[in-house]
Amino acid sequence: MATLILEDGSRFEGTLFGHKQPATGEVVFMTGMSGYQEMLTDPAYRGQIVCMTYPLIGNVGVNDLDFESGCVQVSGLVVSELCELPSNWQMKKTLDEFLDEQGVTGICGVDTRALTRHIRDNGVMRGRIVAGEATEEDIAACRAFSLHGEAIEASCRERHDVSTAGDVRIAVLDLGMKRSLTNWIVRRGAQVTVFPALTGAQEILLSGCDGVLISAGPGNPEDYPQIVETVKALMAAKPVMGVGLGHLLMALASGCRVERMRFGHHGGNQPVKDLAAGTCAVTSQSHLYAVSGDALPEGVRVSHINWNDRSIEGLVYEGRDAFSVQFIPSGLGGPFDTTALFDNFLKTVRANREKAGV
Amino acid sequence: MHENLIEKSVAGWKEIEYEVIRDGAGNCITVCNMENFDPVGVHTGDSIVVAPTQTLRDGEAYMLRHAALNIISALGIEGGCNVQFALDPNSMKYYVIEVNPRVSRSSALASKATGYPIAKVTTRIALGYTLDEIANGVTGCTCACAEPTVDYIVLKFPRWPFDKFVYADKHIGTKMKATGEIMAISTNFESALLKAVRSLETGMDSLAVPALEALSDEALEKQLHEINTERAFVVAECLRRGMDIAHVFDVTRIDVWFLKKIQNIVEMEQALRLLGSADKLDRAMLLDAKKMGMCDRAIARFVCSDEMTIRAMRREMNILPAFRKVDTCGGEFEAVSPYFYSVYGGATEAFPSGHKTVVVLGSGPIRIGQGIEFDYCSVHCVWALKRAGFDTVIINNNPETVSTDFDTADRLYFEPLTPEDVWNILEIEQPVGVVCQFGGQTAIKLAKAVRQGGYAILGTDLSDIDAAEDRELFNQLLASLGIPQPKGTTVFTADEAAAAAKALGYPVLVRPSYVLGGQGMEIAYDEKHIREYMDIINLNVQEHPILVDKYLLGREIEVDAICDGENVLIPGIMEHIERAGIHSGDSISVYPPQHLAPRIQRMVTDYTVSIARSLHVKGLVNIQFIEYAGDLYIIEVNPRSSRTVPYISKVTGIPIVELGVRASLGEKVPAMGFGTGLYPPAPTVAVKMPVFSFEKLNEVEVALGPEMKSTGEALGLAETAEEAYLKGFASTKMAIPRPEEGGVLFAIADHDKREALGLAETFASLGFDIYATTGTAHMFNHNYVGAQPVPRPGEDTDALAKLFDSGKIRLIITTPTHGRDPLRAGFRLRRMAVEYGIACITSIDTAKLLMKCVKMGSKDVPPLGLHDLVL
Repeated sequence: MATLILEDGSRFEGTLFGHKQPATGEVVFMTGMSGYQEMLTDPAYRGQIVCMTYPLIGNVGVNDLDFESGCVQVSGLVVSELCELPSNWQMKKTLDEFLDEQGVTGICGVDTRALTRHIRDNGVMRGRIVAGEATEEDIAACRAFSLHGEAIEASCRERHDVSTAGDVRIAVLDLGMKRSLTNWIVRRGAQVTVFPALTGAQEILLSGCDGVLISAGPGNPEDYPQIVETVKALMAAKPVMGVGLGHLLMALASGCRVERMRFGHHGGNQPVKDLAAGTCAVTSQSHLYAVSGDALPEGVRVSHINWNDRSIEGLVYEGRDAFSVQFIPSGLGGPFDTTALFDNFLKTVRANREKAGV
Repeated sequence: MHENLIEKSVAGWKEIEYEVIRDGAGNCITVCNMENFDPVGVHTGDSIVVAPTQTLRDGEAYMLRHAALNIISALGIEGGCNVQFALDPNSMKYYVIEVNPRVSRSSALASKATGYPIAKVTTRIALGYTLDEIANGVTGCTCACAEPTVDYIVLKFPRWPFDKFVYADKHIGTKMKATGEIMAISTNFESALLKAVRSLETGMDSLAVPALEALSDEALEKQLHEINTERAFVVAECLRRGMDIAHVFDVTRIDVWFLKKIQNIVEMEQALRLLGSADKLDRAMLLDAKKMGMCDRAIARFVCSDEMTIRAMRREMNILPAFRKVDTCGGEFEAVSPYFYSVYGGATEAFPSGHKTVVVLGSGPIRIGQGIEFDYCSVHCVWALKRAGFDTVIINNNPETVSTDFDTADRLYFEPLTPEDVWNILEIEQPVGVVCQFGGQTAIKLAKAVRQGGYAILGTDLSDIDAAEDRELFNQLLASLGIPQPKGTTVFTADEAAAAAKALGYPVLVRPSYVLGGQGMEIAYDEKHIREYMDIINLNVQEHPILVDKYLLGREIEVDAICDGENVLIPGIMEHIERAGIHSGDSISVYPPQHLAPRIQRMVTDYTVSIARSLHVKGLVNIQFIEYAGDLYIIEVNPRSSRTVPYISKVTGIPIVELGVRASLGEKVPAMGFGTGLYPPAPTVAVKMPVFSFEKLNEVEVALGPEMKSTGEALGLAETAEEAYLKGFASTKMAIPRPEEGGVLFAIADHDKREALGLAETFASLGFDIYATTGTAHMFNHNYVGAQPVPRPGEDTDALAKLFDSGKIRLIITTPTHGRDPLRAGFRLRRMAVEYGIACITSIDTAKLLMKCVKMGSKDVPPLGLHDLVL
């Protein structure tokens, strides 16, 4: 028997699996019905204990293909039923074996719907998975936990090229990006170079890039003032697109305010309205912070909103060749119905390059 | 000319479906994806289906989703669309099998599975709304452009008619054979499957089937290679005997994921069996069994105990179900429309409403004899109760119905209709009453359990239901009223049946009590037949005795009546065209009666009033009569709503269900505004025509008999009877034959030859070529009606096939001798007719009616509006 204890003292019983050691993190729920491997390896979930709302997890095991980074990023995984005998042609190991090997704790047999409803009603809170009954010390450990600088930890250590063929050069600022992000750019005929999170603007611009993509990633955007300055400098110089955390940092760099949401958006079914086109698309999301709609600075225009809760999902920065979206257009897990945004970005980059007469 | 499609076979691949929806602005989403338990090769309508997909990686699922959205966009569809894929289980290769650019059976399933109402949203799209403008009625705060996400698993199980068609070919393939389906919701596959098995109402409550347990290993292995309706149970039996999952997969190509889940159930069964007694069952194990979806009755059987003992133990151990909401969003938003399913182990979201609540029991899967009519009744019942100020609750498990729309009743429970499952809900809801009279035999069978649980039945009391359903009590009642019925008796064994039949004199009617649709009913002409039928009936353990009645060859009459315990309103009398012996659900029925003397109509009224009164009916009652040699006999009384209620409501304009509900609630019939006694007949004639599906069901006898075979019906409405018949035939796709289209073939049983002669004469005079099988041709020619002799199947099947192929035969009139033996010539002739798509009539009465229509020729019959006629 094991317990997931929350900082408010709520307890949820289950059984440990994976690496059976205590684990602490921010407890969020994820509503995607597939894509647990992608989620587990998505750096945006770093520092979090993720509760899967779909009850049957591990059905297809773990394979060599669906990694979004080199390792499991979450602090813990909460599921209702863990699959004992997975089945898929690409399967290499079970989820249990994978988490054990990766040193990440899981708890199964949990009433995940009750947990989800608790977080929905009371907001995201910190929690801890422990063997047996949880104690007061475990609650104290929850309260002592905080996230800081996860994006920097999750970022690559060194600058590297993903693709060296293409008519334009795109620099990606890696704040804990998913591998699939760069695939969409490469597929569109661009050279891609990835830079660590703390790379200065100067270095990136000197690399000769034609445009910059600020990736998604984990954590509170206000923890990264240095990166915000970098982003500000990049936005002044080149066409810039941001997704997820990248969007939030661009917003901060433009004078917007950012606020923490009650339980955020984590899943693959969020409807987002494109205000210019009037269309509504289904998107994949994983964020707990959003741009505040109150008092947007001059020159920043809302381009997308979440059609469920009307929160801001996209911004356009007037006078600069820059835009950003809160959702993840590249999907996986989840839909990739909005990849046209990458086309728009590259179109701007190419036009800009031509204008500059290169 | 038909087009033949020759396609690459992808048998054995995974069959995956996507329900997608798109609006006029080009926004599109998927409502749901589904995975078939059976690989490609079995029609999706005949396959067990789960939602969402279980064995697909995210990349595979979203690859297919993307393809589905591209297809719907390229086709420019505005509304719902179903896309079926075959996915290679060993690569990312896939093919599109089918695109249905419309709402379909699958979209109904997807709607119920997710809470996303596809048809409703499609209608709004047709009106010009875009998905982002359409609200989600379940959450009340999100929009139709959000893809539903579920936090449970849904399982659909087909309902096949093979409990009735015992000789039919049970193999399933690309031609759909199911008549209906049920859906089960749970948090794991095991319990969804076991809930589904219970919901089917085929007498099973677990995966253990005695008939399969009795097979030898070789016979079982052979079964495993066959793709038939018992597949899931065969797989379970194989695993029970220790067969390797890998081997079962090699044979069936059913994904290992599913097989493992079935093995889990089987292992739990065996662990329980090993205990040997209920006292060894501890809380942990019982809770695990309940989480796996096992019902108390099955657990009791495995541990050699009884249901009530297990139930008592379970409650003492505080193992109670929780009810969770279907909310389209995985709990992300609070749902406003309560749509529940049960699970064990977890927090409940259903609580007593605090208002006066009435629970309406639904009618389960659509099957022969219990079709959508009962859903009409359940839904109208809910509406009437709402108008009367009650909170309403529906319990049902059929995804194809209106009663299971989340906004029909105030609360919906998607659950099996068994005593245990119903008690669980009643405990939460604490209703002031439970309605058992509108959900067909499914609901009426639960009346006893409802009373046993200490809940009140709204309407006719349990003891009075028993008085109508229990043969002995019913005989006493009729005797005390001085109303005659065909002589009969009750038996349990084949010997008793044979003795009874001998005493009554053949032919006799044999049937189990407490059945609907004449299930297991047969006319026996001699002792051999009676023994054969008794064997079939006793395939399922019978809790109730079997009825053996003298069979009267008369005219059948039927009424539905509303009674408040004292006053009776009869909206109308229906007369059957075919004489008794053909099930009322299969015969053509006409309202108002065309051939009944006023004296008989008065007797029908009087008998109805006195039976309804003495049964203290509060609500509806259905009574069937036979007029035979100038006398009127009662053949059946059903203290509940019947198959004909929607029909007679529509053509008389009397809201029968509503009045029945009001009577159940204590309102007096004279105060309802329609008077009492027999309501004056409408100035129009309404004909109810049965619809059959013989082309889908191989090896099923086409000739009609006392057991119901039709799978649907159509209504013909006109100012004269002939026009109504014509419209009725037209609606059932039985186009009226013309001489230039071909001749009429007669194959007539001896006892019908005399009457058939007159028919043949008339058809010949209308210019039809007459053909007849050897014996019939001989008799016709002997009586100066020229008929070309035709061999019977078995004599020269090839010649017959050639004749059918030539297109010279437009219509076949064939009456059966008796018996169900598929080897008989008449049987094979009728099957051949079906396979060649030749219209086949198996009753002289039906043929006479058709002839009347032929005589009328291709007269144009004006359309009539129902509202103009009855309002």
